[in-house]
Amino acid sequence: MSELSVHEVSKLYRGTARGGGFTLALRKVSFELKQGEVISLIGESGSGKTTLGKVILRLERPTSGAVTFGGKDIATYSQRGLREYYRFVQGVFQDPFSSYNPIYRADRVFDLVRDVYFAHVSGKDWNDKIDAALHAVALNPGDVLGKYPHQLSGGQQQRLLIARALLLDVRVLVADEIISMLDASTRVDVLNLLVSLKRAGLAILFITHDLSLGNYVSDRTIILRHGAIVEMGATPEVFGNPQHDYTKMLLSAVPELQKKWHHTALGPVAMPVSPGAEPVVRRDLRALLGGTRAVSSGKSAVALTLEPPVLHEFEPGHLVADAE
Amino acid sequence: MSVTVANLSVAYRSHRGDVTAVDGVSLTIADGEIMGLAGESGCGKSTLGNALIYLDPRMKVTEGKVALDGRDLPIADSKAMRPLRMTEVSLVPQYALNALTPTRKIRRLVTDLLKSHGVQDRDEVLTEMKRRIALIGLTDDVLGKYSFELSGGMRQRVTILMSTLLNPSLLIADEVTSALDVSTQRAVGEMLLEFRDRGYVKSVIAITHDLSILAQIADSIAIMYAGRLAEKASTETIVNKALHPYTQALIASLPEVGVRHDQTTLTGIPGRPPSLVNPPAGCRFRDRCPFAVAKCAETPPFEEISPGHQVACWKVTKEASK
Repeated sequence: MSELSVHEVSKLYRGTARGGGFTLALRKVSFELKQGEVISLIGESGSGKTTLGKVILRLERPTSGAVTFGGKDIATYSQRGLREYYRFVQGVFQDPFSSYNPIYRADRVFDLVRDVYFAHVSGKDWNDKIDAALHAVALNPGDVLGKYPHQLSGGQQQRLLIARALLLDVRVLVADEIISMLDASTRVDVLNLLVSLKRAGLAILFITHDLSLGNYVSDRTIILRHGAIVEMGATPEVFGNPQHDYTKMLLSAVPELQKKWHHTALGPVAMPVSPGAEPVVRRDLRALLGGTRAVSSGKSAVALTLEPPVLHEFEPGHLVADAE
Repeated sequence: MSVTVANLSVAYRSHRGDVTAVDGVSLTIADGEIMGLAGESGCGKSTLGNALIYLDPRMKVTEGKVALDGRDLPIADSKAMRPLRMTEVSLVPQYALNALTPTRKIRRLVTDLLKSHGVQDRDEVLTEMKRRIALIGLTDDVLGKYSFELSGGMRQRVTILMSTLLNPSLLIADEVTSALDVSTQRAVGEMLLEFRDRGYVKSVIAITHDLSILAQIADSIAIMYAGRLAEKASTETIVNKALHPYTQALIASLPEVGVRHDQTTLTGIPGRPPSLVNPPAGCRFRDRCPFAVAKCAETPPFEEISPGHQVACWKVTKEASK
């Protein structure tokens, strides 16, 4: 059953004072998230992946298109309806420390949930509920309750926030770069936690720029570029048999322990004739990767249109976009 | 030997007493070597890197010496260090955005930098800068921009350009790839390789928590744990034949492309590093180590067990001496 469906969602941001104009953060993105499914949303910085997470959490309103949950457009929720929505759909973000108020104890995040959703639950039941949630994220209550945020490690902080989401009847979790700030040793624990939550039926949108992490946890993968989907399908197929040049370029740049990048020396670069003159040879390191140029060299580099590239079905369930 | 660090200890002053963040570290880096320095957050890797160029007022060197190209590096004496910064030792700080003043254009930042380091022929250096800008695939217009007008990857590359402009002997690159996405990571990584190959920098210490990046660019890797070195060897040895249990656990916790949760379950390292305020005696990895024995209550020596491969672990030392 589809829990959450994103239908042709676009988002325009007004540009900053200097550039003016608009930034196209999302261009008609559509997909469905099913129960017990993990989708990794992969893209470089500026590809719109965080914006998509925010739209799903209704922290941003889409310029056009709709997100529906249980068949209902989330934009139509009243304040009360929104509160119910957040009972089922929750987000966890990149920097765990900034999700806490440093002058209160970390478990205050639980009290806030109780005030809004569980005001009538007795103290004992509430404590049992917290213990169960902490147990689910493999935290020992004695280690974390009553501590201030700075006394907890990044992994503990992040797991505490996931436990907070589990106190609710959460069915969809938007996990935006939740492990990129964690050390390798604790990172894996949080990843494995996501896998066990998924097995318990939770739908997870795992937003990341790290392809190997995305590959490890997800059932399906969506590759986002300039706000549009360029490739989407079952994770083993997208990673095992990437079709879009952009996906191939991303995969070729992943640092792997056993495989070295092939570094080609750049060769001589001519001196400009006089100071200030244009250099003669101009080469982009990225061009050496054989792929297309990535987004970060400026939005003007690629003329964008709102209409995303057309997706074709390459094999069942594996969609690939035309080249732009 | 380009860089020699001998028994270096660096402490932070705190109201609970000194916190020794770098504890008796000895290592050497050859000319043209890129040494990776890896470890968990709080292990002292950034402190070690910073100590080689700038001790902030909270830090003090409690022990040890550093030599660069055969001459002593007066790291404890900030005044004596001043003429050596940029020219002999240079740093690419952890956050490139914070490193570039938002109120000055890049060109102005560069000329200010050259002025403050007493460079006479600034035009020539600027021409060289433009040449290098072209080399890494940017255009001259970056000089006329403010830092906030550049993307993260461009900012990072501009920061590296500025840090290496006067061809320092030693470049300390602190987490230069961490905030970037994979394609930009690769561009920045290859930029370091290219600069080393061209002799813009002689030796590099690349500090990161990401071992897979180091596997790409580093010649050797040093693993640090709770203020001490755990293991140092060539990249190939660390990746394939690591001996210290901590290094092995770190490597095992890395997901590789192609590994999926339904086939292989990765394992993390249980527990946390000890607090450095009053560190326990003996091996500091003991509490998390699956092989810990009674002997581990004593501090293991950081010993060379085969040429170029040093390890601080009793288990390894014992096996090697058999």
